[in-house]
Amino acid sequence: MNARRQKSPSGSSRKKTSGATVPSSLPAGDILVDVRDVHMNFGGRDVLRGLSLQIPRGSVTAIMGGSGCGKTTLMNLIGGRLKPTAGQILVDGQSVPDLEKDELFELRKRMALLFQTGALFTDLSVFENVAFPIREHTKLPEPILRKVVLMKLETVGLRGARDLMPSELSGGMARRVALARAIVMEPMMIMYDEPFTGLDPISKGVIAKLIRELNQSLGITSIVVSHDVAETCLISDYAYLVGDGRIIGQGTPAEVQKSGSEHVRQFMDGLPEGPVPYQYPTKTGYIDDLVAGNT
Amino acid sequence: MNAIANLGRIFLSALERLGRAGLFLAETAAGTVTLVRRFPLVMQQVYAVGVLTLLIILVSGLFVGMVLGLQGYNTLVRFGAEDSLGLLVALSLVRELGPVVTALLFAGRAGSALTAEIGLMKATEQIAGMEMMAVDPVKRVIAPRLVAGIIAMPLLAALFSAIGVLGGHLVGVGLLGVDAGAFWSQMQSGVDFQEDIMSGVLKSLVFGVVCTWIAVFEGYDAVPTSEGVATATNHTVVYSSLAVLAIDFIMTSLLLTEV
Ligand SMILES: Nc1ncnc2c1ncn2[C@@H]1O[C@H](COP(=O)(O)OP(=O)(O)OP(=O)(O)O)[C@@H](O)[C@H]1O
Ligand SMILES: [Mg+2]
Repeated sequence: MNARRQKSPSGSSRKKTSGATVPSSLPAGDILVDVRDVHMNFGGRDVLRGLSLQIPRGSVTAIMGGSGCGKTTLMNLIGGRLKPTAGQILVDGQSVPDLEKDELFELRKRMALLFQTGALFTDLSVFENVAFPIREHTKLPEPILRKVVLMKLETVGLRGARDLMPSELSGGMARRVALARAIVMEPMMIMYDEPFTGLDPISKGVIAKLIRELNQSLGITSIVVSHDVAETCLISDYAYLVGDGRIIGQGTPAEVQKSGSEHVRQFMDGLPEGPVPYQYPTKTGYIDDLVAGNT
Repeated sequence: MNAIANLGRIFLSALERLGRAGLFLAETAAGTVTLVRRFPLVMQQVYAVGVLTLLIILVSGLFVGMVLGLQGYNTLVRFGAEDSLGLLVALSLVRELGPVVTALLFAGRAGSALTAEIGLMKATEQIAGMEMMAVDPVKRVIAPRLVAGIIAMPLLAALFSAIGVLGGHLVGVGLLGVDAGAFWSQMQSGVDFQEDIMSGVLKSLVFGVVCTWIAVFEGYDAVPTSEGVATATNHTVVYSSLAVLAIDFIMTSLLLTEV
């Protein structure tokens, strides 16, 4: 919590998030995303096994977990790109898996997903990329559209890069452009999928600061999915730890970092051995597998 | 036993894919309704297809016309009918070679490019990103490309035939000494608008639908990896070419019995 305050001393106090009063059991306040006992099965392999979590409105919530534990899958479930094998997913009171296509699209206008790769349109310039959602969803006159786009680009510090093509951007710049595009429709919620991966420390800091500022100035509920423990803990109000297809730890970042659970410890300290197996699950034993080739 | 089971499985999966392609076409066709308000999107794509294919169409058309001039003259001169060279060149081009060769070139040039473009958009999550922005990629990406292909194909075929006739003229009149007046007048009186020209236009319209449909479906259905996109691009060219030749035979026999 304190770490977060230090990170953005200039942040307006207009937006009081649930941060200060969070009890260790559950995040307080109005719940925007409610995931209940979700199971997800890909071709016979259970990726999620009864995962439940709540995201309070107006907060920054971290979802951390090892590679391949189903974080991106969870984002896709919340965004309605996948349907769960079992369980409920409520966003703003609506059950996402049961929505019709147009209802889902209406909901998606109010939430944004920042892809791991940025997913900028390679045939459009930076400016046009950011303008894309506005052009698609509104009939805003060109002069106003231009102002809106330039304001969002200024927010991410790339107003000067408006005429570049995505191929001319660095990874960090591309992610900032994607961020500008995500906020251009002023969504109620943004899901960031691994916003820090592959960035240098400075770019990481810039992205982290942006996530925090957007949350405070626009009141956007943010979900940060990451395996970058340090950076994520610094900016989040509440953290969930995913492992073994379910939530294995939760609380304020400080609480999670102090947790005594073996599972949580292994992840937070980056230990190779522990309850989370390093090996992708197999049916045959290691020796049997090696010997099998001889016959 | 296993081989038969495999064969059945391949057949079934092919059938399933065909069904999916059909549904996809229906969905795209429904999506074209929204294009009425957004015609610039279509024109942009027509332009893209045109830029890709124009040069190869013009060059090929010229050579095909010149070859027709040579071969036609060689045959006709045996019967003293070399004055009909213009008619022969024009009919071959307008009824048959124009639409077919254009479609084959289109599949190789524009079709493969379409598949690769859409497949890469899928592989780099641009399609998924669009969906998450509440924009339907079928309406925004696929529909304009399908319509553009259908518009572009007859135009390209017409250009191919026109330049082919010029090529035939170049060889027949310029090189082999056929009378220019006879070349043009026989063509003018012999080529029927309804029967010849329109049947050619009809063919290229159908080829436009089929080639673009295959191209956009292969791209949209591609496995989103570089390998998957390469395979899909390959499929586009092979399937389009086979489809064009088969449909050409069917359409020709139908159109001829009608006459
Ligand atoms: N479409 C799919 N089909 C089959 N299996 C899938 C699919 N998507 C994901 N998986 C499997 O689900 C598991 C979780 O994948 P996911 O992408 O959600 O992991 P992640 O937590 O985001 O990992 P990372 O941190 O590496 O991004 C993986 O083991 C993957 O093999
Ligand atoms: Mg992921």
